[in-house]
Amino acid sequence: MRYEAIVIGVSSGGMNVLKIISAALPTDFKIPIIVVQHVGAHSDSQWIQLLNEKSNLHVKEADEKEKIENGKIYFAPPNYHLLIEKDKTFSLTIDERVNFARPAIDVLFESAAEAYRNKLIGIVLTGSNNDGTKGIKRIKECGGLTIIQDPKTAESPYMPMSVLTAIEPDHILSIENIIAFLIKLK
Amino acid sequence: MQYKDTSDLEISLLLEAIYRKHGYDFRQYSQAHIRRRIMNRMAISGFADVSQMQSKVLNDEEFASELLQDLSITVTEMFRDPTFYQSLREKVIPILKTYPFIKIWHAGCATGEEAYSMAILLQEEGLYDRTTIYATDFNQLALNRAKEGIFSNKMIKEYTVNYQLSGGKESFSSYYTSSYDNVIMNQSLKKNIVWANHNLVTDSVFAEVNLILCRNVLIYFDKNLQNSVQTLFYNSLINGGVLCLGSKESLRYSDLYSEYQEMDNKQRIFKKKY
Repeated sequence: MRYEAIVIGVSSGGMNVLKIISAALPTDFKIPIIVVQHVGAHSDSQWIQLLNEKSNLHVKEADEKEKIENGKIYFAPPNYHLLIEKDKTFSLTIDERVNFARPAIDVLFESAAEAYRNKLIGIVLTGSNNDGTKGIKRIKECGGLTIIQDPKTAESPYMPMSVLTAIEPDHILSIENIIAFLIKLK
Repeated sequence: MQYKDTSDLEISLLLEAIYRKHGYDFRQYSQAHIRRRIMNRMAISGFADVSQMQSKVLNDEEFASELLQDLSITVTEMFRDPTFYQSLREKVIPILKTYPFIKIWHAGCATGEEAYSMAILLQEEGLYDRTTIYATDFNQLALNRAKEGIFSNKMIKEYTVNYQLSGGKESFSSYYTSSYDNVIMNQSLKKNIVWANHNLVTDSVFAEVNLILCRNVLIYFDKNLQNSVQTLFYNSLINGGVLCLGSKESLRYSDLYSEYQEMDNKQRIFKKKY
């Protein structure tokens, strides 16, 4: 298996696409997926449970120091930044907001790029700010694979479009094609 | 230890330099976090690599203190996580009411917002007059600000909402006076708070207390350091004393887990067994 982890950044319009992705991946999809979805500071984590119920994979909130395991989809908890350590465990911080966001996509992506180098896939989906652009650039610099949702198909095209100002992603795909691409990896 | 990545080695040497020159020990902090803070400072100050920062840290006091501020997280709020304060009122206050004198330790209080929140809560519960709050941090600049008790009024709206959601009984504005862009916390809230410099990594037990609050501090530490700080807390609590951690911090993986009883698992409130 060439890739060891997938990081996804998503903001407004995210709930719909996350539902589709988490429900579509098959039971034997091994590569762990780590997601930052922008949510409010006081959001409870009910929606993670809902995604879990509809998914073949185990969807959960990332715990601090938790070891990243295959076959799981992890979400950053509300009001915390999520980082990945080189020993493939999670760290949480309450540092200042980045791009007005906590959790911030850039924080996850930059630490994931350092930890996984060229064994990482970074994906930026729908959203209406520029969080994730710096992070996916770092993933590319470290040799990882970069994908954005085709802005034409995104509920909020600004976030994937912002990536195009910084790098040329390896793939620009609709959600359906992102799923097909991921399934072919295994 | 072998380093695959030169910048990892440079960061490790920089932390060693900070510790040996200035006495602040970040060597057992979570590495991804430390790397992020150091790389930010490197970019802002225009250094080509981490090794350049090392010489600066050793020879330039002003830069060293700037970097220390970068590595110390002072992000905090009044009544952060209102549901935690609700639980504190419902489950912990009744225990505190049984003591003639109450000692509380706020470990890692930063600029003091949570210590003031505690003072407000205790005042409303009629306990403040027999309480001493030890509010400690290793960051002296943050402590100085905490002592002043002056906060930007930009945050007050959010704090007021937090206060109300936490079960506050008064009007939040009765606890401060507005002055230009700031609010000044009431003198009566400060009278039983002792602000003191204490470093969880290098300092030891200084008092026996009924309640310890240390929220969103341990997440920055590696497992070893977490365990040693947990031992420090355990040794500082009286039997039956209460430990409150941040909402994403767990005792479960600590060596001392079996020595506590869970009072509120979601809000991470634990009681030291008798």
